[in-house]
Amino acid sequence: MALMNSLVSWIDERFPLTSTFKQHLSEYYAPKNFNIWYYFGALSLLVLVIQIVTGIFLTMHYKPDAKLAFGSVEYIMRDVPWGWLIRYVHSTGASLFFLVVYLHMFRALMYGSYRKPRELLWILGVLIYLCLMAEAFFGYLLPWGQMSYWGAQVIVNLFAAVPFIGPDLAVWIRGDYVISDATLSRFFAFHVIAVPLALLGLVAAHLIALHEVGSNNPDGIEIKKNKDPATGVPLDGIPFHPYYTVKDSFGVAVFLAVFTVIVFFAPEMGGYFLEHNNFVPADPLKTPEHIAPVWYFTPYYSILRAVPPMFGSQFPGVLAMGAAVVILFLLPWLDRSPVKSIRYRGSLYKGALAAFVIAFLVLGYLGTEPTNVWGQFGSWLGGADRATVAARIFTIVYFLFFVLMPWYTRVDKTKPEPERVTS
Amino acid sequence: MADDIDPVGSNQAGGAGANSGAVTVDKSRRRTLIAWTGAAGAVAGIGVAVPFVMSMFPSERARAAGAPIEVDLSKIEPGMMITEEWRGKPVWVLHRTEAMIGRVPDTDDVVADPKSRLPMQPDYARNELRSIKPDYLVLVGICTHLGCSPSQKLEVGEASGLGADWNGGFFCPCHGSKFDLAGRVFKGAPAPSNLEVPPHTYLSDTRLLIGEDSKRS
Repeated sequence: MALMNSLVSWIDERFPLTSTFKQHLSEYYAPKNFNIWYYFGALSLLVLVIQIVTGIFLTMHYKPDAKLAFGSVEYIMRDVPWGWLIRYVHSTGASLFFLVVYLHMFRALMYGSYRKPRELLWILGVLIYLCLMAEAFFGYLLPWGQMSYWGAQVIVNLFAAVPFIGPDLAVWIRGDYVISDATLSRFFAFHVIAVPLALLGLVAAHLIALHEVGSNNPDGIEIKKNKDPATGVPLDGIPFHPYYTVKDSFGVAVFLAVFTVIVFFAPEMGGYFLEHNNFVPADPLKTPEHIAPVWYFTPYYSILRAVPPMFGSQFPGVLAMGAAVVILFLLPWLDRSPVKSIRYRGSLYKGALAAFVIAFLVLGYLGTEPTNVWGQFGSWLGGADRATVAARIFTIVYFLFFVLMPWYTRVDKTKPEPERVTS
Repeated sequence: MADDIDPVGSNQAGGAGANSGAVTVDKSRRRTLIAWTGAAGAVAGIGVAVPFVMSMFPSERARAAGAPIEVDLSKIEPGMMITEEWRGKPVWVLHRTEAMIGRVPDTDDVVADPKSRLPMQPDYARNELRSIKPDYLVLVGICTHLGCSPSQKLEVGEASGLGADWNGGFFCPCHGSKFDLAGRVFKGAPAPSNLEVPPHTYLSDTRLLIGEDSKRS
């Protein structure tokens, strides 16, 4: 023990070990009233680690070459010892990454965690979300199956819709006139090094920003307002370590139980995590009957499909899809409510949030299906696809949640916030 | 500008630095030098970025593979269509029969761009039949919506599976866009424009070159 102590003090004279540990763990005071929604931040960090570790080991056997890629993935699945497990953990991890991140973001919406002074924390979070989408998109091409190929074809063609520079931009992204070996190689480079580097930097910045302003909580009030006059410690705060490290360990155990059940019993999740068509090698001359992205992109894909072409260009749809993500950045300034948490908000905000969640889920579902999934209206509506009309309505609902927010949060009838956190 | 000339050490306690031995700093000059150095650095930065950005464009090999291809038209029977690969994309060459050519104007009212106003074809194919010679229709077989490859539905009427009033054409399985026998998109389809006519030229009556305009003629 004495040796240990002297080693620590030797390090402390050369590197801020103890002070960093205190600042971020043992003397970082988090509100004592965290509920189940506060697991998902820690869990997304866990999934990030899982993805990096499994990714490193997949890279040892994968071949980023259009002639070899598909075969090398099957080789990992059949011949590499435990390769099937590593690959299924990586593919399941991708879907669950989005699941925990969506729940983490929903938590922020419920409790107003994006509000002052956490605007930058929220913006860093949205940037992480964007990186995650890029990471998932680049990664999905790598198995070089039919869905990999045609999914990338569709998404890269979105850039070709940009006025004037579009076609050249698409050629530049692909490095060829079609999705090809050149595209696969560069997507591999982005997937295994460029985006993960950016992601790690952003996650570090997200945590530094969090520890600077302190965690929000289900009551949406600042625990720093009530400090012990003697110690300066927030009265409603408890040290992150050991209290929340232990609590999060429990969450990790439950999460990993669910994770392993999926990995062992339903790694394809009925075609939602790994699409059936992706077990067919990419064929540039034959398009599959129905192209859909993986589930976590489908709300945005629905918005893209819902917007009709205008002025002989599909750019408006592309713009709408981009705006659906970019509008998240503005959230801290759209919300004008005097309270943060949904606990003290009025029925207007609760209704708006419910409508937004329903719109997101319906758009997500519709994006996985062809547009004729619900049949057509009669001739009185020009025989329009019911699903397309629904997607248009819910796209409008999605945007109204943000556009009308300055109005409904201001006129909403709120309840007074408590002085100290409850329960 | 008086406070731009600062003797070094003037902000030390007692302000004694204003006396002898102090070095005078010209802050205005310093700012100018920083600005010019920054500008030079930015230019160098852009210069360094150029090779990286350019390296992502198609390589010489990919460009060579994108070279024009030659098609022998004599092997295509009237009413038949062949698919060739050019720049990795399917290119269709349809040998239209007299009956097919006759049916093209019938769809003028139901297609979105009957006069081919949008630049989806070279100028020499910007006509009613969207072709140089009426007999041969050359199209890039990629839907202008999101890049799927439409299937051929050349039969007329119920046999095509697209209803009794179908005049023959192409149908995209992805999102249901329909195109007529000149590759013109039907109104109300998700595809925003007609199918693309690639640059092509006739080397002789039976030899077609896809991927190059007849610049020499």
